Amino acid sequence: MVSEKKFKISINDRTCKRCGICIAFCPKKVFSSENGKPVVVNLDACTKCKLCELRCPDYAIVVGGEEDEQ
Amino acid sequence: MRKELEKYFRTEKLPHIWCPGCSHGILTGAVVRAIDNLKLDQKKICIVSGIGCSSRAPGYLNFYTLHTTHGRALAFATGIKLANPDLKVIVLTGDGDCAAIGGNHFIHAARRNIDITTIVFNNSIYGMTSGQYSPMTPKGSYATTAPYGNIDRNFDLCKLAQSAGATYVARGTVYHIPQLIKIIEKALQHKGFSLVDAVSICPTYFGRKNKMGSPVKMMEFIRDVSIPIKSAEKLSKEELAGKILIGEFYEEQAPEYTEEYAKVIEKSQEGD
Repeated sequence: MVSEKKFKISINDRTCKRCGICIAFCPKKVFSSENGKPVVVNLDACTKCKLCELRCPDYAIVVGGEEDEQ
Repeated sequence: MRKELEKYFRTEKLPHIWCPGCSHGILTGAVVRAIDNLKLDQKKICIVSGIGCSSRAPGYLNFYTLHTTHGRALAFATGIKLANPDLKVIVLTGDGDCAAIGGNHFIHAARRNIDITTIVFNNSIYGMTSGQYSPMTPKGSYATTAPYGNIDRNFDLCKLAQSAGATYVARGTVYHIPQLIKIIEKALQHKGFSLVDAVSICPTYFGRKNKMGSPVKMMEFIRDVSIPIKSAEKLSKEELAGKILIGEFYEEQAPEYTEEYAKVIEKSQEGD
């Protein structure tokens, strides 16, 4: 999806256990479920609150690419 | 995982063993983030655990760590702190580990006010051994060993810690994660015995036995029954039934055990 936002939300497929917590509790509904797997469908709505990252039990989400963290 | 946090993990051991949606991973992340926010010296921290799902946490963490026997994390931690008072000693324990077999160590560590931060991964059940009820299983809940409902009343760990002498006592949940990280930061900075009752979820055993549904449903449940202490003051006992009170319950400055012990050493050596 084309986005104006310069950052990205990365999801590590190797560690994600598809619990669905990120999808359910994102205040802006940024994620959608693809057979339980979170996929970013609305990056433009993301406010970088990072609740998904903080609540991910498997450290599979990073909000904001490394480039915009520096 | 965020690059800045990788140094705190034994990344080669990840992904961890915990079930999908088990919030022990969230709690372990909260502990690491609190340590990172405070910029504590990684080489001056020792993390100690007992036995249980919660106690797997130090295995994934890149600090001095010690995985001890069931219920004895605080006993080992007391020894570590006395031998090396400069270390920041953190105990990660479960509700069964801490409140049942480790209950006596818990009240006495609190009584001594030894400078240890204890974070209880409280998921209301013994997860690792397949779902026996613990002293933190709410009355009426189901467990493998309580197929007709648990008739034991559960501890209020915060009240127990406070009355035993703990000098920092707080409760947070895995839903209210920014607040929990702040609470852990305060507990880590507190000099004396600090307790954080961290309400966690066990979707595999507590969730299934109590027909609570998915990890998401269990998180929603925690969200809906949690009440900040301040708001709770205005509510009646009936209104508070079944609710989880969250926030900081108690804080005081009191003589710390290893400092008092250092004085004993000094006194005993006078006149030599």
